[in-house]
Amino acid sequence: MTEAKKKLVEVKAKMSGVFYRKPAPEEPFYVEVGTIVKKKQILALLETMKVFQKIKSPVNGKVVEIFIENEIPVKDDEVMFIIEKE
Amino acid sequence: MFLKILIANRGEIALRVIRACRELGIKSVAVYSEADAGSMHLKLADEQVCIGPAISTKSYLNIENIMKAAKETGADAVHPGYGYLAEKQEFAIECEKNGIVFIGPTPANLSLAGDKIAAKRIMAEAGVPVIPASPGSIDTIEEAKEFCKDIGYPVMVKASGGGGGRGIKVCRDEETLIEDFPMAKIEGRTAFGNDEVYIERFITEPRHIEFQVLADKFGNTTHLGERECTIQRRYQKLIEESPSPALTPELRKEMGAAAVKAARAVDYFNAGTVEFLLDKSGKFYFMEVNSRIQVEHPVTELTTGIDLVKEQIRLSSGEKLGYTFDDINLRGWAMECRINAEDPDRNFLPSPGTVKDYHPPAGFGVRLDTHLYQGYELPIYYDSLIAKLISYNLTREGTIQVMKRALEEFKIEPLKTTIPLYLKVMDDPFFREGQFDTGFIEKFLPEEDDDDDYDDDDEDE
Repeated sequence: MTEAKKKLVEVKAKMSGVFYRKPAPEEPFYVEVGTIVKKKQILALLETMKVFQKIKSPVNGKVVEIFIENEIPVKDDEVMFIIEKE
Repeated sequence: MFLKILIANRGEIALRVIRACRELGIKSVAVYSEADAGSMHLKLADEQVCIGPAISTKSYLNIENIMKAAKETGADAVHPGYGYLAEKQEFAIECEKNGIVFIGPTPANLSLAGDKIAAKRIMAEAGVPVIPASPGSIDTIEEAKEFCKDIGYPVMVKASGGGGGRGIKVCRDEETLIEDFPMAKIEGRTAFGNDEVYIERFITEPRHIEFQVLADKFGNTTHLGERECTIQRRYQKLIEESPSPALTPELRKEMGAAAVKAARAVDYFNAGTVEFLLDKSGKFYFMEVNSRIQVEHPVTELTTGIDLVKEQIRLSSGEKLGYTFDDINLRGWAMECRINAEDPDRNFLPSPGTVKDYHPPAGFGVRLDTHLYQGYELPIYYDSLIAKLISYNLTREGTIQVMKRALEEFKIEPLKTTIPLYLKVMDDPFFREGQFDTGFIEKFLPEEDDDDDYDDDDEDE
């Protein structure tokens, strides 16, 4: 894979909700900046009205930016992650 | 009687309790989280106390802050509503310690209702029918065959470590038992790290029927008839009615007597619900006791004329029950639709947002319990139940007509709600005939995949 082919992909919230970077308070974060992720790998959870949705990576690649702190609400369409596509 | 009641809840049930307090001339204290500063229950209560940030564990589940609010406002009783702290024994005990009356069952009732296995054992001992099940794990196929011969097919082989419908094999006969019993053990070991399984009778096409009970502190207990709660999705009730189209007067009498027996067996106090499964042949089995006022209580109120929240308050203040089921004039038919801010076409995905165009239904036979208003912004932190629409008429057919008309009138734009689903149900010939079981709602829903994520569309090249 050459530098020129690298592409940044935004992962946006499809609805407003509370952003969780880990499955339970005592667990580690799903991913950190620099984590190599596979397509469909879980990046975070979003809780809206007591329903949890998995936020998955849309591509194979590397997490380059995480915009939201753990347990902070996000708005509809807000960018949560940037993934550098492999 | 109490002078001031603190309502440890939010949403429609907080309004419900505040209204009862107003009618009884009791002052009310609303508590709220930072996300609920614009909530309707604050407008109707006499006093308002903020009990913490948006996240429920820090506000509506925060026993310390709620106790502090009760003491500061001088409330002499607390009504917990449903959910949150309503069935937390620790909260009831904390109220007691602080000299504040917990409007609900005793701490012992709450503890037992939370222990389903112990509750079933006590019910079986008291002579209330329970689903035949192996008392412990079953280890060998020979044991399994023998036990199933005793209780009769079909049976469920359940992994002890399983839950929420997982790790269950339904066996229609001995042949499938021989095939599936070892499978259940293997799956239990790989999925839950435990190959213990137990077996219970499988109830085919069951209905969920529950009985409202009331009990005072002097040992007087009555039931108030049944609620039909069969129409559910993933164990969440959607439509409830009273009476049930499945019950004859004889069966009602028999099940009502069993419900009272169940309540007495655990020295139950205040309002509660005894849940049963009813099979096609009219056999019924105890499931659990719900030790709280339930979401669907209005259908019982309409057919009995008894205000259940006022009864909870009255009984907690130490008054006697004063009547039995035979004294009640049951009249007409009531039905409730739970309006959720969810999209039934997209796997019941929540639909938060601001209510921009609001038109509530009204007219003869309509009751609406809701905290919605024009301009209300639904917090993302709490349950998606936004309204309970209840219809009443002398006949079931008439009640369905009222419900359909009221659903058509109800506008909550631009939110997605379960209203369109209920409109389809009201027109369904089987529903109109009262013919349904717990799997009824499936035929109205698009097929789901097992994976519990909603945003699964891939980014293609």
